[in-house]
Amino acid sequence: MIRHLLSGADLDADTATQILDTAAEMAAVSGREVKKLPALRGRTVVNLFYEDSTRTRISFEAAAKRLSADVINFSAKGSSVAKGESLKDTALTLQAMGADAVVVRHPASGAPHRLADWVDGSVVNAGDGTHEHPTQALLDAYTMRSRLGRLAGLSVAVVGDVLHSRVARSNVLLLSTLGAKVTLVGPPTLIPLDIAAALAPGTDVCYDLDAVLPSSDVVMMLRVQRERMNDSYFPSAREYARRYGLDGPRMRRLPEHAIVMHPGPMNRGMEIAPEVADSPRSTIVEQVANGVSVRMAVLYLLLGGNNR
Amino acid sequence: MNSHLIRNVSVLGATPTDLLIRDGVVAEVGPGLSAPDATVVDAAGLVALPGLVDLHTHLREPGREDAETVETGSRAAALGGYTAVCAMANTSPVADTAGVVEQVWRLGREAGLVDVQPIGAVTVGLAGERLAELGAMADSAARVRIFSDDGHCVADPKLMRRALEYVKAFDGIIAQHAEEPRLTEGAQMHEGEVSTRLGLTGWPAVAEEAIIARDVLLAEHVGSRLHVCHVSTAGSVEVLRQAKARGVRVTAEVTPHHLLLTDALVSGRSELASPALANNWSPAGAYDPVFKVNPPLRTAADIAALRAALVDGVIDIIATDHAPHAVEDKECEWAYARPGMLGLETALSIALDVLGPEWDVIAERMSRTPARIAGLTEHGHDPAPGAPANLTLVDPAARRVIDPAESASRSRNTPYARMTLPGRIVATFLRGEATVLDGKALK
Repeated sequence: MIRHLLSGADLDADTATQILDTAAEMAAVSGREVKKLPALRGRTVVNLFYEDSTRTRISFEAAAKRLSADVINFSAKGSSVAKGESLKDTALTLQAMGADAVVVRHPASGAPHRLADWVDGSVVNAGDGTHEHPTQALLDAYTMRSRLGRLAGLSVAVVGDVLHSRVARSNVLLLSTLGAKVTLVGPPTLIPLDIAAALAPGTDVCYDLDAVLPSSDVVMMLRVQRERMNDSYFPSAREYARRYGLDGPRMRRLPEHAIVMHPGPMNRGMEIAPEVADSPRSTIVEQVANGVSVRMAVLYLLLGGNNR
Repeated sequence: MNSHLIRNVSVLGATPTDLLIRDGVVAEVGPGLSAPDATVVDAAGLVALPGLVDLHTHLREPGREDAETVETGSRAAALGGYTAVCAMANTSPVADTAGVVEQVWRLGREAGLVDVQPIGAVTVGLAGERLAELGAMADSAARVRIFSDDGHCVADPKLMRRALEYVKAFDGIIAQHAEEPRLTEGAQMHEGEVSTRLGLTGWPAVAEEAIIARDVLLAEHVGSRLHVCHVSTAGSVEVLRQAKARGVRVTAEVTPHHLLLTDALVSGRSELASPALANNWSPAGAYDPVFKVNPPLRTAADIAALRAALVDGVIDIIATDHAPHAVEDKECEWAYARPGMLGLETALSIALDVLGPEWDVIAERMSRTPARIAGLTEHGHDPAPGAPANLTLVDPAARRVIDPAESASRSRNTPYARMTLPGRIVATFLRGEATVLDGKALK
C-alpha cells in the first residue's frame, strides 16, 4: 500500500480497485445499527483544514470515528495558523503530537506534498488549491461502479470549469487508470489546451455539451464559481447556463441508463437545473454517503489496517 | 601596493605564460617573468579571464539584510569570479533617489570585494506611475547609467517611452523586466503541461514576448538603448533576432538557470537541459519553491533556443539574477514562496556546461559585453600590459558538489544543491588586489 494519498496518479489500477472493494465492505458497516469498527483504535487522525469545507471535514471525521480512531480537528480559524504560524511549524507540532495520519485541505496547490516532507505519518490530500482531490475521485468512481456495475469502458463527460477544478484533475487521472473514457466539456477559456497531454493521453475535449450527451454513461457537472464571470471566462451566468448547464431537455438526451453526478455544493440553476439534481438519475446524495465509506477504506489501508 | 606574479597561466585558453600584476594594472605578460617582491601564484592548469561583470544582482541591502548584505553578496560575487556587479533597485527603501544609490555604492566600496554599481529605479517606488529622479541618480556619486524596475514591468507604454527618451541625455539605458502584468495575475510557474497538471496558475510565454515586441518598437521609434532582463522563451529570442537585424539598439541577457533548469523540476521530475549534470541528481520533491523564479523555468525547447541564441549572439550576455531569500520565504507552500534563486557562485560553472571551454565567448558574454552595456570602463578588459588588473583564475578541470551551507551568500536558496558542477574559481583580483586566493575570500 502507498504511504500518502496526494494525487489520483498515486493509485495504480490494483490499488484503486482494492480501495473500492474495501469501501464496499465499509459500506456494509455503515448500514449496521452499530456503525463502528475497532480497526484504528489508538491511532490518531488529524483533520488539518485551511479552507472552510464542512462537508469534506465531517466526511473524514465520520470515517475516522467509525474506525475508532481518535480525531483531532485543526482548523485555520481560531488556531495558531491565524497568527501566522508556518505550515512547517504546524507540521512539526502535529508530528510531536503523534499524528498517524494528517488529512489536509489547503488553498495552495501542492501544500500536501510539502507537508508530506515534514511529517512521518500518512498525508491524505483532501483538496489542494486547483490541483487535486483524490478521495472525491475515488468516491465518484465508487458511485459509478455501484450504479453501472463497471468502470472499464464507461464514457464519462466532465462538464464545466476544468481549469480550476481539483475534482476534474483527480477524476481524469483515476478514471483513465481504471479504463473509463473521459471527455472534458466546457468553454475553451476553462479547458487548458494541453490537459490531455498533462494528465492522461486519450482524454477528449469537446466544447459542445449537446454533442456529447447521447453517448455518455455518466455526466459529471462541476461547480462553477460565479467570480469566474468577473474575470472574462464567460460573459454571464445566464449564457453559461444556456450553453453548459444541464437542464431537463438536455438530460432527456442521455441514454436511459446514464447517471448525473455533482461533487457539491451545487449552484442550482447555473450548472445544474433543480429538475435534474432531484431526478432519479442524480447520484448526488449517494455520493455523500459513499464518501464516508471510501474515506474509511483509504484511512484503513493507509494506516496498515490490512496488516493486522 | 602589493604585486602578484601569476605563473604558468593560460590567458583565455592560450599557451601558458606569466602575468605580473603591479599597482593595480597588468604590468607584464610573458614567459619566465621574475619579480622578487611579488607574491607568486602558481597557476598551472588555470585559465585567466577578465573579471566577470554581473548586470543583474539583488543584494537586498537596504531592507532585507537577513537575506543578503552588500558585503555578503560581494563576497559571493568575488568567489564566483566577478569583479563588478550591478545591484538592482528593488530594495527597501527602493533605490529611486540619489541618496539610496549613493548608500549602496558606498557600502560596496567599503566591502571592497567587487565594484558595486547601483541600478536606479525607473519609477518612484517601482510603482510604475511616474518617473523617479533619473538625472539626480545619474549625477550622483554612484553615476547610475542603468535604470530598471526589475521585479516589476514598466507596463505603461507611455511611461516606458518617456523613460527610454529621457535617459538619452546621460547615455542611460532602461533594463526592462518584460512581464505583461494582466497576463500574469496570480501566475506561479510557466504555463504549459506541467502547470496544468500541478494546478498552478500559468505564466504564459506571450506575456514576456508581447512586452519585448512592444519595447523594441518603442526603442526603435525614439532611437534609445533598451536592455531586456532575463529572457526566458524561444519566442522572445525570435523577437530579438528580428529587432537586431533591423538595427534596433537592444541588448539581452539570459540567466544561468534559464539555460539549464526546466519547468518539469517543479513536479519533482529530474529534467535538466544537460545530461552531464543530470547524472545522479534529482530534485528533493514536488512543489519545492527553490525552483520558483520570475520569469519561471521554461521548457526544454525554450532552453535549446536560449542556448543557441547565446552562442550566436542574439542574446548578448549571461546575467545571474542572483536573488537571495531568507529560509522562511522558501520553506513554505509554493504559492506563498518568494521567487528567485542564488546565482553568483555557480554562474561560471553553468556557462562552462553551456558553452564548453570557449574562453573567448565566455569572456565576451560574462565580462566584456556586460561591462560595455553598464559603462564600467575599468572592467571587461583581457589581461594585457596596461589593462586594469580585474581578472579571475578558473580551474576548468575541477568538479565540485554544491552544498548550500557552503555558500558565502547569507541565503541558501540555490537550485543546484547536491549537483556536481564543472569548474572552480581559484583566485580573483580587483584592481590588482586579491579578493579570492586558493578558492577562499580574503576579506
